[in-house]
This record gives sequence, structure tokens and C-alpha cells, in this order.
Amino acid sequence: MQTALFIEQLLNGLQLGVMLFLMAAGLTLIFGVMGLINLAHGSLYMVGAFACATVAAYTGSFWLGLIASLAAAAAAGAIIEILVIRRLYERDHLDQVLATFALILVFSEGTRWLFGSFPLYLDIPPLLQGTVPLPGGSRYQLYRLAIIGVGVAVAVGLFLLITRTRLGMRIRAGESDREMIGALGVDIRTLYTIVFALGAALAGLAGAMVGALQSVQVGMGEPALILAFVVIVIGGIGSIRGALVGAVIVGVVDTMGRFLLPQIFGLFMNASQAGIVGGALASMLIYIVMAVVLAVRPQGLFPAAKG
Amino acid sequence: MKKFLAASVAALAISVAGVAAADPIKVGVITTLSGGGAGLGVDARDGFLLALKNAGDAAKDIEVVVEDDGQKPELAVQIADKMIQSDQVDILTGIIWSNLAMAVVPSAVAQDKFYLSVNAGPSPLAGSQCHANYFNVAYQNDNFHEAMGQYANETYKKTVIMAPNYPAGTDSLTGFKRYYKQELAGEIYTQVGQTDYAAEIAQIRASGADSLFIFLPGGMGISFMKQYAQSGVEIPVIGPGFSFSQDVLPAIGDAALGVKNSASWSQDVDNEASKKFVETFQAEYGRLPSIYAAQAYDTGSLIVSAAGKASVKDADAFRTALKAAEFESVRGKFSFNTNNHPIQDIYVREVIKDGDVLTNKIIATAFTDHGDAYAEQCALK
Repeated sequence: MQTALFIEQLLNGLQLGVMLFLMAAGLTLIFGVMGLINLAHGSLYMVGAFACATVAAYTGSFWLGLIASLAAAAAAGAIIEILVIRRLYERDHLDQVLATFALILVFSEGTRWLFGSFPLYLDIPPLLQGTVPLPGGSRYQLYRLAIIGVGVAVAVGLFLLITRTRLGMRIRAGESDREMIGALGVDIRTLYTIVFALGAALAGLAGAMVGALQSVQVGMGEPALILAFVVIVIGGIGSIRGALVGAVIVGVVDTMGRFLLPQIFGLFMNASQAGIVGGALASMLIYIVMAVVLAVRPQGLFPAAKG
Repeated sequence: MKKFLAASVAALAISVAGVAAADPIKVGVITTLSGGGAGLGVDARDGFLLALKNAGDAAKDIEVVVEDDGQKPELAVQIADKMIQSDQVDILTGIIWSNLAMAVVPSAVAQDKFYLSVNAGPSPLAGSQCHANYFNVAYQNDNFHEAMGQYANETYKKTVIMAPNYPAGTDSLTGFKRYYKQELAGEIYTQVGQTDYAAEIAQIRASGADSLFIFLPGGMGISFMKQYAQSGVEIPVIGPGFSFSQDVLPAIGDAALGVKNSASWSQDVDNEASKKFVETFQAEYGRLPSIYAAQAYDTGSLIVSAAGKASVKDADAFRTALKAAEFESVRGKFSFNTNNHPIQDIYVREVIKDGDVLTNKIIATAFTDHGDAYAEQCALK
């Protein structure tokens, strides 16, 4: 039974990691290509979840909701890029942080104005309900396995996009020398809008998928955003590969910490105390990992190759 | 002549009564109208305003100012200062969260204002820091957890209990354990604001428990219940009514069906005041009221009842009028304990589906005339 529980927890960690990867990939792509710190990334995640919940409630189809979440988040991303973000590339990071923080407030209150203060309902599609057996006799939820699958597919897709396509070549070129590729005649403004919308769509996809497991409510994006920042700091800012590795590390460490630490403390103190101490330490664990990575390898595990 | 005298005495009596009622009262409502916890504050505000509206002419001299605290203690303190100093309110009310109440209440009552709590009931304010001008119309924070502990003690043998790792969470589990004397299958502390519960659900599945007690307010409860229902774990869930109140049930969906939860009120409580409240609330706002709305509605009714008996400018008389609690409570019976906290019945409710709407139905009474564990530490008599 312990082995089965361990495998289950490992899968839970992987699933959390994959979700974080979808958030972190967009964040790190935008930082790597445009040098922009986008705090409003969590808001795009929220937009995805709300779009999915609304369309799913209206049409009865989660899948249409999923498409809507991609479209809505990408559209919202493109709009804020054109209206606001475009003016920030030449500014320093403090201005970017201020402006994108303002966007969080605008998105939050705008969403409340449109949808009200009460959480929305979104359930996982019938096709993915239920559980599958795990080796060792336990069972695992099908939907969480599907999330892992989607995350791996997106990771492979992004890898192919960046290494094998013309757009990917331009993105890589933009990362290493944005002035030069502008001088070579590449329409850098459109490229930036596309990259931003792509990152936004990934966040929206994450929001929609997580929305079926969680509460779809105003402010749901910010906790995910904080974890995504931890991921890209660990993985190396600007690197997709770093984001993937960092996300899996954070997901597994966080889940295993929540699972194992109270048990370890339970060996030498009473259950109630162990729960409190173990729980408190588990909530710090990923930040401790981040601090260690920053101390040993300040550039992160897989820093983007900068020209 | 005799007739004239009688008439003038009657007129005098009416005008005196008129003076008592006409002394205007200004009430400051500080509550959470933005951010993730806004649903609770919106319901509290709507319930409070509805009580004044339903009171008709009796409430015509009660003026209300409402402000949003954004669930931030520092903001709540600023608003309270502003309401006391520039708006010159007589009564403050509306705060949902205990940490905000602890920041606002002690200084407000020290400035001779009345504070009536619509929800938060932190233990210090019920015990050592109780105050003659502080009235809690909702509950002491431990009450609902105690009721669930009492119910579980009679129903189950091996419960696993879970709450977020912060003061209200530890208080919740303490309150539960005060009445639950059977074996505990585990005690799990989660992070505040946690959104993914896969690790905890796996532990619950492995714990061999026969029931699960959770206190996960707001979005945490919604996330947990959805994930729990999908996980295939079939251990019955019990908990305080907050996570299964009318404001969150639609977001949880069918995953909440069958959950037993405790509260001092449910929309099927059988009394006239409650029926009128539910009916007018639905007509006014187009949704069913939550427990927060019910508590705030009672707070409004209490102020109206006290205003009819004494002027708020005469603090002693007004305090006595409040303490008498002579209003039609939606909870049926309601009175104040020595520490100005409620003595009331606490019910066990079950989440059911009434047509297409998820709601609660009372299935048992956990406590009759229940006070709180801190009253004896309070110096008030």
C-alpha cells in the first residue's frame, strides 16, 4: 500500500509540475524574447478559466470551452500587448512591474464586473471522469493523467516549434539579438505580438484545465503566477527546457513535501504537532529549493543561451 | 374637556415615542466587496440592507454607509477611523474575517462606538477581551466546528480531520476535538489558499478513516470538493457550514451532494421571520441567501429593534435594548450570553438537490441553546 501511495503522489507531483509548466513556458518565453516581466500572466490564466466555464455552461461542452479559453486568452494577450505592453519594452523592469500589476487590478475588477463575485462552476468532461488502476492496487484519476498528457504534448510541440520552424528561428534570433533581426527586415512588432499571444494562450489553456479541478474565481491566477516565477527562477529565466525541468521539480518537491514531511515529524512528535510543523515546512520547501538554486547556480539550472 | 385632555395625552405619548424613534442612527458597514472573498461580503451587505428595507418605517431614520475592505486589515482600520471620525457613525458592523475584526473592533469599542459582528467571532473577543459595546450576532468561531464534533462523536468511529495551517484552521480542529472523543485517523494541515489537494486526497484514501472533517473556507473548499468527488474516494465528508453555504454550492455542483454540515440557520428553518427573509431576499436579489446573509439580516433586525426602544445617544439604554435581543430572528430562538455572544441552536444540515438547485436541509440538531467555551473568561455579567 505504501508503494502504491508513493506512486500516486509521484504522479500528483508530475501533474502539478505539468500545470506549472504551461504557466511558466509563456512567462519565460515572453521574458526571454522581449525582456519583459509580465505580472498579468496570472490574469490571462483567469481569463482562460472564465472563458471555459462560461462557454461550457452555455453550450454544455467542455471541449468548446477549452477552445474558447485558448481563443479568449490569446485575444486578451494580443490586445494588452498592442495597447499596453508594447510601450514597456524599452522601459526598465520597475515600470514593467508597475504597469502589469495595474493590469492585474483591471482584469480582476473587470472580471468581477462581468461575472459577479461568486465563483463559477466548471466540471471535467464526462469522457475523462473516473479513475484508472495503478500498479500496486491504487487508482488514479483519469483527468489528471490527461493533464499530464496535454502538458507533455505541449512541451514537445513547443520544442518542435522553436527548433524546427521559421517562427521558432525568429524567436530564437529575437532572443539573442533583437536589433539585428529588426535590421534584417523581420517585422519585430508582429513577432512580439505573436509570442505574447502564444504565451497567453498557454496560460489560458492551463487556467481552463485547472478550472475543472478548482474554483473558478477572481484572483485565482496570482497563486499560480507566484509558483510559475519560482519555476523560471529555478529553471533559468528565458529557457523553455529550464521551465519544464523547473516545473517538474517544483511540482514533485511540493507534493512530496506535503505528503512526507508530516510523516517524518510524526516519528518523533505527536500527530497534531507533526501536522502543523510538517505542513509549515512543506509550504516553505519550494522556496528553500529556489534559494539553494540561487546560491549555487544563480543563472538557474538551464539558462537561456544569450548572445 | 376630558376628551381633549385624553387626546392631548395621547398626542404627547405619540410625540414622545416619535422622538425616541426619530433620533437618527448612522451605521457604518465595513465588508469585503472585492477580491476572492467578495461573495461573503456581498451577501452580508445585501442581507443587512434587506432587513432595514423590510422593517419599513421603523428603519427610516437609520442611515447606512457601506465601504469595501478588500479583505485587508490595514484598509479596514483606515475605513473604521474614517467612519468614526468624519462620518460620525454610531454603530459599526459588517466585517467577515476574524483577522480584520481583531484589527478594528477593540479600538472602535474603546471609542464608545457599538460594534455588531455579522460573522467573525474570534475567541479573544468572546473571552478576555470581551466588551460591553461589542455584540456578536453570528457565533463564536468555534461553534460550528464543535457542533460537527458532537455529531461525529455520535455517528463515526474514526475521523480524519483537515484544515489550513492558520489560526482559524487550528481553532477549527480544536473546536472539533472539544466534542469528538473517538479515534482520529489523521490530522492534516494544508496551506492557506492551496488549490491542489491531490496529495492530501491520496493520504485520506490511505488513512482507513470512516469519515472526513474539513474546514476549508472560500475557494479552498470548492477546489477540494471537486477534486475529492473526482478521486473516487467515498469516505463521507462533514464540515462547518461555511464550505457548503448557498454562496459556494453552485460552484461545487453535485460533488457537494450528501455532505453533512453544521450551521445556526438553514433556509428550511421553520419560522415566519425566516420564510419572509428567504422570500424577500430571492425577490430582491434573484438568488437564495447564504448563512452570511442570514446573520447580517438578523444584525439589521436587531438594530431596528433596539432603535425602537432607546436612542443611540443614550449608550446605556441602547446597550440594554441590544442585549435584550427582542427581534424576530430568522434562527427562531436567539439570546445573548453574558459575553454578548449568541445562545442558539446549531443544526446539522445535509446538501440536497431541490429541483435543479443545490441547497441545505436540516437533518438533526447538534446543540440546543449552545453558548461558547470562552464566556467564563469574560468579565461582563
